Amino acid sequence: MRYSALAILRQVLNGHRGWGPAWRDPEPQSDYDFIVIGGGGHGLATAYYLAKEHNAARVAVLEKGWIGGGNVGRNTTIIRANYLLDGNQPFYELSLKLWENLEQDLNYNAMVSQRGILNLCHTDSQRDAYRRRGNAMMFTDSGAELLDTDGVRAMYPFLNFDDARFPILGGLLHRRGGTARHDGVAWGYARAADQRGVDIIQNCEVTGFRIENGKVLGVETTRGYIGAKKVGVAVAGSSGRVMAHAGLRLPIESHVLQAFVSEGLKPVLDGVITYGAGHFYISQSDKGGLVFGGDIDGYNTYAQRGNLPVVEDVVEGGMSLMPMIGRTRLLRMWGGVMDMSMDGSPFIDHTGVDGLYFNGGWCYGGFKATPASGFCFAHLMATDRPHEVATAYRLDRFRTGRMIDERGAGAQPNLH
Amino acid sequence: MIINHPLLGPRDASEFTYLGDAALIERPDWQSETAQDEFHDYVYLRDNPAGTHRELWFHEQGDRSWLVVTRNTMTHEILATELARDVARKMGRGK
Repeated sequence: MRYSALAILRQVLNGHRGWGPAWRDPEPQSDYDFIVIGGGGHGLATAYYLAKEHNAARVAVLEKGWIGGGNVGRNTTIIRANYLLDGNQPFYELSLKLWENLEQDLNYNAMVSQRGILNLCHTDSQRDAYRRRGNAMMFTDSGAELLDTDGVRAMYPFLNFDDARFPILGGLLHRRGGTARHDGVAWGYARAADQRGVDIIQNCEVTGFRIENGKVLGVETTRGYIGAKKVGVAVAGSSGRVMAHAGLRLPIESHVLQAFVSEGLKPVLDGVITYGAGHFYISQSDKGGLVFGGDIDGYNTYAQRGNLPVVEDVVEGGMSLMPMIGRTRLLRMWGGVMDMSMDGSPFIDHTGVDGLYFNGGWCYGGFKATPASGFCFAHLMATDRPHEVATAYRLDRFRTGRMIDERGAGAQPNLH
Repeated sequence: MIINHPLLGPRDASEFTYLGDAALIERPDWQSETAQDEFHDYVYLRDNPAGTHRELWFHEQGDRSWLVVTRNTMTHEILATELARDVARKMGRGK
């Protein structure tokens, strides 16, 4: 069924008895042309673009639990294209363009809201760095404006401008950035993929790959063996565990990132703000909760929860930026497991195994990448060639010295 | 997390900084024929296990010793702590 105002009207007259499930719950077939492992945002987007852009008819998404239950349901919903390096910025600009047309394309309300992202600067050198970043963003027409203190004050008068140690000197404003409804993105892609014939198979954990003569033949799952011509893995957070079944060691460590939501407030914050003197970012959801987060905890973990020192650090950042939130009560906090890569950038690449492809290493920036990640991964799986904006995301880039290290922190994943 | 320091007793993990897998103690031989490949794997690839993980922590806000902590990455339970110096010596490294 196509969602529209007319459909709602028809259902109103029908007593809302005609709304069907948004996607089927099929039994797995014995084999497929394409299997995508991972029913999160990236996996579902990959399946959708395989069907839409490459006319793939026999596609399955295999999900261990339920779709959208991993990191796409655990992030802080920010979308943006404000990177510096050549390997990244064109990719994220493609993603932002796909976000801008996502709801029309999927016929699903993903609540994409381009409310603007403001990165605050607190020193002269930071302002210089943002000026440079803004120039890099303008190469891809992503839009960037450098604001001075008065410009920031006009937008957000409640910030702590005159802090003795970290006064706010201005900010880099990326108007096309914003937020989206994270679950809606997963559900929208799932529904649209299902309508194009993709089988979404939940409660189906992959327990191994069947590989012969260096070529993948299919996957072993908790629901039996399923054959496939090509298999793509998009399970960021669990990449190491899944790829170990294929005998691959990855340039990735798993870390936990915590996120926080306050009680619902009246509208106080209409955009996204990042604090430049600490690691803190904040926006307000449409339900009114302040959604914020900061650094990863910094040690290897697969537990979807973090520890208190980082909680303290994040709320201290929040208090020094926006003292007015001090009386707000926290409603929820949670953790998500990140694939932290060795240079802070992701992978969309072949593996050494013929027909087996890998998508992961998204660090804590995977949500905004969802559309382009799916688009480029589908392109790679269908054509065996990387998409032109994703050519840098290679697994062998550390061997060849072509790292994409935005932070300049080197091979130390907890610093990216 | 509380890390039971072999010399100082239980200390809060926030006093420490984290480096990563304790396999980093085993630096490859730079004179080996295959040193380039070995250093690539050493610097960039990780086992990244879900479960028991041996890892290096530095007591930066304390006695500045390096520890090898054995910890479960699924539960954060710490199973053992050793001085990295002792671990390295047992492996025949260091003085």
